[in-house]
Amino acid sequence: MDYAATGQQALARIADAGDLDSVEALRVEFLGKQGSISGLLKTLGAMSPDERQSEGPQIHGLREAVTAALTSRKEVLEGAALEARLAGESIDLSLPAPEAPRGSIHPVSQVMDELAEIFADLGFAVATGPEIEDDWHNFTALNMPESHPARAMHDTFYFPDKSDSTTAPGGTTNAPSGTYGHQMLLRTHTSPVQIRTMLEQGAPLRIIAPGRVYRSDSDATHTPMFHQIEGLVIDKHIHLGHLKWTLETFLKAFFERDDIVLRLRPSYFPFTEPSVEVDTGYSFEGGRRVVGGSGDDPGHSWMELLGSGMVNRHVLEAGGLDPDEWQGFAFGVGVDRLAMLKYGMNDLRAFFDGDVRWLAHYGFSALDVPTLSGGVGAGV
Amino acid sequence: MKFSLSWLKYFLETEASVAQIARTLNAIGLEVEEIDDPSLKLAGFRIARVLTADRHPDADKLQVLTVDTGDGNPLQVVCGAPNARAGLVGVLGLPGAVVPANGMVLKQASVRGVESNGMMCSTRELELGEDHDGIIELPADAPVGTAFAEYADTDPVFDVAITPNRPDCMGVYGIARDLAAAGLGTLLPLPFRGEGRGEGPTRIAQSPTPPLPTLSPEGERALGACPIEIRTDDPDGCPAFYGRVIRGVTNGVSPDWMQARLKAAGQRPISALVDITNYVMLGFGRPAHAYDCAQLTGAVVARRARDGESVTALNGKVYALDSDMTVIADDSGVHDIAGIMGGEHSGCSESTRDVLLEIAYFDPERIAATGRKLGLTSDARSRFERGVDPGFLDAGLDIVTDLILQNCGGEASEVVRAGSPPIAPRMVNFDPDLVKTLGGIEVSWENQTTILRALGFNFPDNWMSSIEGEAAATMASCHGLARLSVPGWRPDIEGAADIVEEVVRIHGLDNVASVPLPRADGVARATASPALKLERRLRRAAAARGNHEAVTWSFLPEAEAQAFVLRQAQDERGSEVWSLANPISEDMKVMRPSLLPGLLSAAKRNLDRGAAGLRLFEIGRRYLRGQDGASDERLSLAVVLAGEKAPRGWASGKAASFDAFDAFDAKAEALALLAEAGAPVDNLQVLGEAGAQFHPGQSATLRLGPKNVLARFGLLHPALLKQFDIDVPVAVAELFLDAIPGKKGAASFARVQYAPPALQAVTRDFAFLVPVDLPAGDLVRVVKGADKANIAAARLFDDFRGAGVPDGQKSLAIEVTLQPGEKSFDEAELKAIAERVTAAAGKLGAVLRG
Repeated sequence: MDYAATGQQALARIADAGDLDSVEALRVEFLGKQGSISGLLKTLGAMSPDERQSEGPQIHGLREAVTAALTSRKEVLEGAALEARLAGESIDLSLPAPEAPRGSIHPVSQVMDELAEIFADLGFAVATGPEIEDDWHNFTALNMPESHPARAMHDTFYFPDKSDSTTAPGGTTNAPSGTYGHQMLLRTHTSPVQIRTMLEQGAPLRIIAPGRVYRSDSDATHTPMFHQIEGLVIDKHIHLGHLKWTLETFLKAFFERDDIVLRLRPSYFPFTEPSVEVDTGYSFEGGRRVVGGSGDDPGHSWMELLGSGMVNRHVLEAGGLDPDEWQGFAFGVGVDRLAMLKYGMNDLRAFFDGDVRWLAHYGFSALDVPTLSGGVGAGV
Repeated sequence: MKFSLSWLKYFLETEASVAQIARTLNAIGLEVEEIDDPSLKLAGFRIARVLTADRHPDADKLQVLTVDTGDGNPLQVVCGAPNARAGLVGVLGLPGAVVPANGMVLKQASVRGVESNGMMCSTRELELGEDHDGIIELPADAPVGTAFAEYADTDPVFDVAITPNRPDCMGVYGIARDLAAAGLGTLLPLPFRGEGRGEGPTRIAQSPTPPLPTLSPEGERALGACPIEIRTDDPDGCPAFYGRVIRGVTNGVSPDWMQARLKAAGQRPISALVDITNYVMLGFGRPAHAYDCAQLTGAVVARRARDGESVTALNGKVYALDSDMTVIADDSGVHDIAGIMGGEHSGCSESTRDVLLEIAYFDPERIAATGRKLGLTSDARSRFERGVDPGFLDAGLDIVTDLILQNCGGEASEVVRAGSPPIAPRMVNFDPDLVKTLGGIEVSWENQTTILRALGFNFPDNWMSSIEGEAAATMASCHGLARLSVPGWRPDIEGAADIVEEVVRIHGLDNVASVPLPRADGVARATASPALKLERRLRRAAAARGNHEAVTWSFLPEAEAQAFVLRQAQDERGSEVWSLANPISEDMKVMRPSLLPGLLSAAKRNLDRGAAGLRLFEIGRRYLRGQDGASDERLSLAVVLAGEKAPRGWASGKAASFDAFDAFDAKAEALALLAEAGAPVDNLQVLGEAGAQFHPGQSATLRLGPKNVLARFGLLHPALLKQFDIDVPVAVAELFLDAIPGKKGAASFARVQYAPPALQAVTRDFAFLVPVDLPAGDLVRVVKGADKANIAAARLFDDFRGAGVPDGQKSLAIEVTLQPGEKSFDEAELKAIAERVTAAAGKLGAVLRG
């Protein structure tokens, strides 16, 4: 028998098969129980060993070739069918995908996180205190007794209420009884946290105290509520040089530039002595204030940035510390102001409006977690 | 505090420039807020000589001048001044110059057909005086071509912010003293003995040299005893009251030089007597008062006001007085709110002939308290309450007397001194080492003493007492205690730290070198409190879920706050709000008891701006009443989901419909954020009573146990939305973060041991018929608890009502996940578990569907 011819004929017919059904029909025709090649295989049993020796490989070869051709043809046809189906499934991918809402972190929160990160590296813990304060913590303990002219400069919001406690505010007994007032008010600065922390934790201390503060003042650059961060270091042998270094270091880390130049000016705060107002050099770039350089450099000026000084001994005493044993420095700086300087907002009032357009523009991604290793700032 | 350069130079001999003076003022703590330098306004104005003056061909009142500006090219200028004439030397404004008086920019122009290349200016146009009758006439030898600003020798005015601790610098003399100490010149010593020096303030104003007041021995001018009795009956409020009468004065206008200085300082000249007292107040920080003797009856006495008394002050307002206030009064009544403001009745007028001068020392605290109570501020109050120099009463009275005699004439009586001012010397012990150990600068003891002496501190003879004998021997080594006497004009100096400040500020804070804070070993330790960490985590979780963080005011309108006061069910610890006594407006009056109203107002503003839907959140404090009248501030987080949940989309098939946020969106936020906060969300119960602010049927609380409310959520009540003028549905979630139980014990990092089970979990579905009002959550909870050993989870996946379900019932389908342990479940075990599930559900009235 001419197996080669049979094979060629079979392969040709397989190659011509136009669909999977035809391939299956050919499989049955050739390899089914009654199939022609199956029939040839059955003839092997009746053959002599010699015949089997010569015919066998040919028949098996024929069967393998046909099997392979059938499989291959089937794959081709299946592939083509899949392609055809997928071609029918094409969609317009320029259509918009489902959108997950995007949220944001408020700049004040972001900047407070940045500051906490920087100060953590300098060993400052975060402390807090109430915003509804009594006038002992907000004024008296900070060396501003009732008649002190500086009190009037604080534009204080008062409550009609008085604390009805007969013990010292804050549940402590360190404050001399009867020397404090109980008038309730909105804290005008974060400085009362100094007193509370000294009374609660003693010395030595390194803290920052961020939070809301209030002044009865409202115009283009002042809002009745704003944010401050207080810094306090109480230890032995702490002097103005340490204050200057701390402020320089924090501002360099915050603005992420090494050319921060500070100018210290004598000033007056009842709770510090000596008191120091701190200016920083800046220039205008693209109509925007950019911190850096000396204010005496060409094209540069100085701007007031924060108030600070060595803690007044009366304040240490109010905090229950011996001023002959402990000394230290304190500073307070506006968080909103730092945010504006760093991230370029120019309207403080917009901070508190909740306009989602503003929040989406100036806010930060939830993933912009400030880290020292990445630089605390969130770039654009 | 405003003062002119000429006034400063009257007390301070200096060659320093305006810029140097300003720099030094800033460096020593007298912050310069503004410098008004008229010479800057005079840029573009030159000295010019009129060469020819001819009639304008077409205008009677105009002349055509040729003017020499010194460069050899005379300019043609049209001028209307009657005094314009050939030979006159005046001031020409060139094109481009800005006329100070009106801001007009000069340019080349044709005036009635004649070209004019500038403007000859009058005194008023250059803001150098009121004269506008003609153009300025300068001396014939004035240098033609010179910039007029150079020639005019104008008088710049400094505006300096004086900190409340420096009453001495509320007078020009005190500022001069500080500048002299800083090495900027020589201070004119007190007392003056009439040595005249210096020139007039400005050549252009041609004012005479101001005569220096003199302090002369009393006998030289005193003529007889003071005819008015002066007493202080309130030695606490008014320890000292000095006075004298000057008879026969003429109260005209004060001299030009005085008016110029007062105007530069921002004071309106009134009359010679009033101006003189103001002048001494501004010059020396020493308030004084002059009474018209004709309006006085009997003795003039410092005493407490009587309750019910009142006085009409110089500002025309009537003030009700009380017995806590010190006043100056006579037999007829109160004439002066002591140290704050004089009375209208006895004030000096044009007709005043005899005056009583008052120079007193008032207790600073009394003045502050009185001023605060009356709501009355004045230049005198601001000085007295900060503390005037108690040692400057006689000198002040002499200066006032001298100026009156010079300018108003009259004869002065002898001085009456009632009481005595607190002039006992105040001593401060000072360790010179403190300049380094507190101030951070090395300053030699020699320099320290130089600075301190220049500021008026003194070292009594035996000022040095040493801690150790050896140190006393080597004074220069500075180890020891110095004893200083504090000048009377420095009430702020209390102790050593103040002395450090004096040395450091005059020596220069620029000299402070940065010194690193000692650093703890190792990497930075965690410094955030658990509350702060929770706050940070939730903030970022809420933002990551698509919400924008807002920061809203802590204060609210009263009605909005009241609408959110938490009733007893939510908060038994107090429901009263904090309400400000002096709010900035009624919209910012009450401290928020919840974050929701502030966020709702923000949502309203956004909706008004066209936002269809928005997701806002805030994390912050709500303000409650605490124990003992203290504040109880609790951290909370609120999410407001307003309006459209998602914009119309091609895929949603809701192209035309409005897909609003609903209570389940709020629940999702609440649960996700509680989970982030570490709350045991699987154990929370969904109960009602979210509050009157909520839709009664679509809101709930999430509780841990029956009492502890961790959160509330749901749709807001339409009536509340109406109050906020919001017309879209709003779903909110409010988390009470203080209610979340904190982790106990120290931080631990290792998790509980766990290995994923070897055998695969299997699921079985159960469908139950239950009463329609049975909460699905209850059924799920009992199913899950039916066989705790085997049931790993139970999840509701269908809530069906309708065909096949009887009326009054619903079908709830629950997928139960069973986790085999060591070996797979066999049929009998599965059957037993199913029976337990069915039995447990049956207790709630649930019947397994066939």
